[in-house]
Parts: sequence; structure tokens; C-alpha cells
Amino acid sequence: MKIVVLEKQVPDSTEITVDKKTGALIRDGVPAITNPDDLAGLEAALELKDKNPDTEVVVMTMGLPKAAEMLKEGVAMGADKGVLLTDRVLGGSDTCATSIALAAALKKVGFDLVIAGRQAIDGDTAQVGPQTAERLDIPQITYVDEILEVKEDSITVKRSLEDVEQIVTAKLPCVITTLSGMNKPRYMQCDNIVDLCKEDKIEVLTNAELGIDPETVGFKGSPTSVKTTFTKDVTDKTEVFTLSEQETADMIAKTLKEKQIITK
Amino acid sequence: MDFNLTEQQLMMQKLFREVAQNEIKENAADVDENERFPKESVEVMRQAKMLGIPYSREYGGAGADYLCYILAIEELSKTCATSGVVLSAHTSLGTWPIAQFGTEEQKQRFLTDLCTGKKLAAFGLTEPNAGTDAAGQQTTAVLDGDEYVINGTKIFITNAGEADVYVIFAMTDKTKGTRGISAFILEKGTPGFTFGLHEKKLGIRGSATCELIFNNVRIPKENLLGKEGMGFKIAMQTLDGGRIGIAAQALGIAQGAIDEAVAYVKQRKQFGRPIAKFQNTQFQLADMQTKTDAARWLVYSAATAKQEGRPYTQLAAEAKLFAAETAMEITTKAIQLLGGYGYTRDLPVERMFRDAKITEIYEGTSEVQRMVISGAMLK
Repeated sequence: MKIVVLEKQVPDSTEITVDKKTGALIRDGVPAITNPDDLAGLEAALELKDKNPDTEVVVMTMGLPKAAEMLKEGVAMGADKGVLLTDRVLGGSDTCATSIALAAALKKVGFDLVIAGRQAIDGDTAQVGPQTAERLDIPQITYVDEILEVKEDSITVKRSLEDVEQIVTAKLPCVITTLSGMNKPRYMQCDNIVDLCKEDKIEVLTNAELGIDPETVGFKGSPTSVKTTFTKDVTDKTEVFTLSEQETADMIAKTLKEKQIITK
Repeated sequence: MDFNLTEQQLMMQKLFREVAQNEIKENAADVDENERFPKESVEVMRQAKMLGIPYSREYGGAGADYLCYILAIEELSKTCATSGVVLSAHTSLGTWPIAQFGTEEQKQRFLTDLCTGKKLAAFGLTEPNAGTDAAGQQTTAVLDGDEYVINGTKIFITNAGEADVYVIFAMTDKTKGTRGISAFILEKGTPGFTFGLHEKKLGIRGSATCELIFNNVRIPKENLLGKEGMGFKIAMQTLDGGRIGIAAQALGIAQGAIDEAVAYVKQRKQFGRPIAKFQNTQFQLADMQTKTDAARWLVYSAATAKQEGRPYTQLAAEAKLFAAETAMEITTKAIQLLGGYGYTRDLPVERMFRDAKITEIYEGTSEVQRMVISGAMLK
């Protein structure tokens, strides 16, 4: 079985700055990490490889050349190789354009199962995984909290939604999107680091190699434009109530329900 | 001359930093307070394949360079010096002599399990009357048929009781002095091989330190490491390498104390402003980091010399001497910067101060390092 894990390199901070002109995030100077939901996806793939060593795990990303660092860390954790999709014309792609490029790269690389993180902590759209599945015209299961069984032609998982859990089976090939709480990703391993420094295990793909129409990707191919990005103001608002114990409990319960923190 | 870390070293450093910060740090105070061996540290090192960093892939090691191993000790010791010395004693003292002097059969039997972390190693040289004067060994090994019979005791043995494999030294011919000392590989569980009481120590309190007792311990003669009479040479060469590990431990303790001090002085306010705004604080920190960086380059340079097969005895002694004395000085200054809070066990610099002291003593005291360095200068 061949599993391709889609990853995104994201800034390791909520204090990121924004380009006032384009509305895009400025990543320079902010330490980069692998998006947590994606890392859980990689760990899930590696656990399947632990059970069945014939499994091939490929980590793939679209990004700047610097994103190769993240793929190398994925290989150091135990993935077999990395695929970096990088090209100037891809710069500024929104989720719609990104899924075009990723789908093309996935077709070229080949796969039985694609695992993507549910969403990235910088954009929080949760769109790339589902859009990629649509472009590939294959089934998708989002919000996966546990992989229960993988057979030759199907996968059964537990989906974890806000108030309900579902057991879902899909035919392979398919796309699943994973939640960061589903496991604890392993550390890199010293011997893998030695290996990947000796032998280049990162394949670089360009737009031309994938034969994608440049008009469909990058800023040109992106229907979304970010108008503005801002940090939400948090106001210090304190209200004082004088209530009995029962009234206090009722009020807390009501407020939590209103905010959908509890449901019953 | 290149002072930059390679890609391999940088990735390893990142891994060790993550392991230390995410897994080891949270237990460091508990390990110290309760004088308990950090089993969970060993387990995470095993998972990350950190227990055989500089050894050949053929025997389950990572096949990385020696500096990578030194970076591991440094990063672990920034948060938990006990975990640092567990790795150092295992890698430099217990495993290295087998990798260096073992026969193929011995490597197959012992080295692979040590490098993969299935087993932990220790080294037994010191005796009640043979500390700095290691030549005064009183433990004996007598060949009886196909077996050696070992009698005697070793003290202050790091990883004792926790380790499965021990490289120990004993007299096979008392008439020959240091040339009568031989090295042996001993396994835990061998009849007659027991452990004494745990030492109650000032620092590195989670590190298991206790006595090895040999009472008519019979081991197959195949467990002789090297040849009869080579023991002193094996011990001294092992300690040369071990010193770089302890130097890295001292370096880690010093940097760990600086990191704590920097964080503290930014938030501690006196006279209406953070104490980081006072020139005394700034100058103290500048001196502390300068000295620690100087120690770092001495340690890295000794590790690189060993890796490249250049002579490193003197460099290793210089690195250990300077890094150990720096660690003592820096942890003392760090407590001063933290004031009364720094003196309490609520903050980690007090522990780092206690941990630093041993680096001036074990694997050759600072006085021994001065003997080694001046000996090389005056020969």
C-alpha cells in the first residue's frame, strides 16, 4: 500500500504579521513547524507501516523550497521519501488552486490512501483535503480520530464531530483528514537522520513537470482574495451577579449551552 | 576550519532539544527530589534511537558522528543532568570499550543490544582505594579452567543496578602493576555479582550510583575484553572519550542555568522595572554566556578531533576542566541573579548548581585534568 501524507509548513506563533497589500501572512522570521493535524496524519500512516512494513509512506507538500526541511523531518520520523511541489507560478494559491496542484502531483506520484490534516493552524479553512479528494474524484472522510481497519480495498475509521462519533468505511483509494488529538507523533530517529543526510530523499516537482495550466494556479487561479486579516480584540468585560447557588449553576449551564460548549 | 554544524548535526540537535524540552524537563525536579532513576528518559532515548548514536549501523547504532552524540548530552543536561550522565555513562564508558576493543563475537553478543537500547551499559573502575590512582586495583580475576573467577568491589558506579552489561577492571597479575590489569564484560544476574547501597549524593540524584560486589563471580574466559594486561590502557582511553561526554554535560548545565536566568530577569521586577534593565544583570549575563560559548567550542573541538581520529587526550582534558569549572561558576551566578527564589527548590537553578559540582570530580577530577594537560605540555 502506498500512503501519501499531505503536510503544510506553518508559522509557530499566533503573533504573525500580515501583508497589508495582499492580506497574505508574512512568514519571514517566524519559526516554522509542521501543521499539528498533518503531523498526526503522518503518525497514523507510520503506525500502519509499523504493522505492515511493505507500506510505503510519502510526505508531500506544496510550498517554498524551505519546506523541504519539514519533509526531511517527516523522513526522519520514518517516511520513505518526500515530494516537494514548488514553483513561482504556484505562489499565492488559495485552497482551490492548491488542490489543483496537489491533485496533479498525487496523480503523478500514485497512491492508495491520501492523508491530510483536517486544517492548518494558519488559515484554518479545512478545505484543501476535501477539495483535493473532489479533484481526484475519490471518496473522502474528514475529521478522522482513529483508523480502525485498513483492508486491501477499503478503510474503516472513526470520525469525531462536535457531538457525535461515526464509524465510516470507504473504498480505497480515498482521502482522509485527521485530527491532531488522535495520537502522539513519534520523534525523529537518529539513524533515519543519518540516512537522509547521505542520500537525497526529497523529490522536487515543478508546475511544468505536472503539466498544470499556469492560469489555474497561483494568484491568477485563485478565486479567493483575502480582504483583511486582523487579531480579534478581546475586551475585558466583567459583570457582577448576586445569585443563589442554584441560580448560579443554572446560569453557568445556560451560558455554556449558548456558547455550544455543552449540549445537554 | 568550519565552525558550522552540518545538516545532520543540526537535525539531531533539533531532535535532542525536542526530546529534552518535551519529555525530560517535566520530570527533572521529581527525579532529583525522589532520587529516582529516570526510566522514562531512557525509554524516549530508546525510541529516538539515541542509545547508540556514534556506533556503526552494523551493530544497531545510528552511525552518526561523535559530535552528534555530544550534542545529545548537552541538550539533555540543559534540563536534566541526571539523564545526561545516564546517556554518557552508557555510551562513552560502558559501550565504547566493547565497540573499540571487543572481538566480533563480543560485539555480536553485547554491542547490538547496547546500541539499540535493549540493554544499558556501565563501567566499573573506581575502588575504595583506587580513585584518581586507578592503578591501585584490588579486585582480582583468576583464570580457572575456561572461566575467570572475580573477587572484589567497585564503588561510585554510574548506572549500577540499572545497567545490564558492565565493563569492569581487575588484576590478573599483581606483580605487573598497571600492566597486570585486565578488562572484562560482566552481565547483571551472574551468580555472585550483587549491588551495594545507593549513594546519597549532593547532585545528579536520580543517577544510580552504587557499589558492585563480586563474590567468586565466574565468567567465561570469552568475556575478557582485549588481552590480559590491556585493562589499564582500555580504561584510560575510555576515560579520554568519557571526559568529552562529561564536558558536554557541564556545558549543558551551564547553558540550562543561563536560559533559566534570562527568562527570570525579564519578568522579575524590582524598583519598578524588570531586573534585566539593570546593568549589573546585563553584565553578569554577558560574562556567563561568553564563558559558556568558550566552553562550547572547546568541547566541540575535542569531539571533532575524536571523530576525525586526531589525538584528543589533551583537548578532552581541557574541555572537561574548563566546562566543569564554568558550570560551577555559571550556576553560582545564576542563583545570585535569581536571589532568594533561586536558592529554593521551586526553581531549577538550585538543582543545576548541585549537579554542576560532580563534573569537577568524576571521570577525572579537575586536578587530574591539569595533570593530563601539563603532562602533555612538558613531555
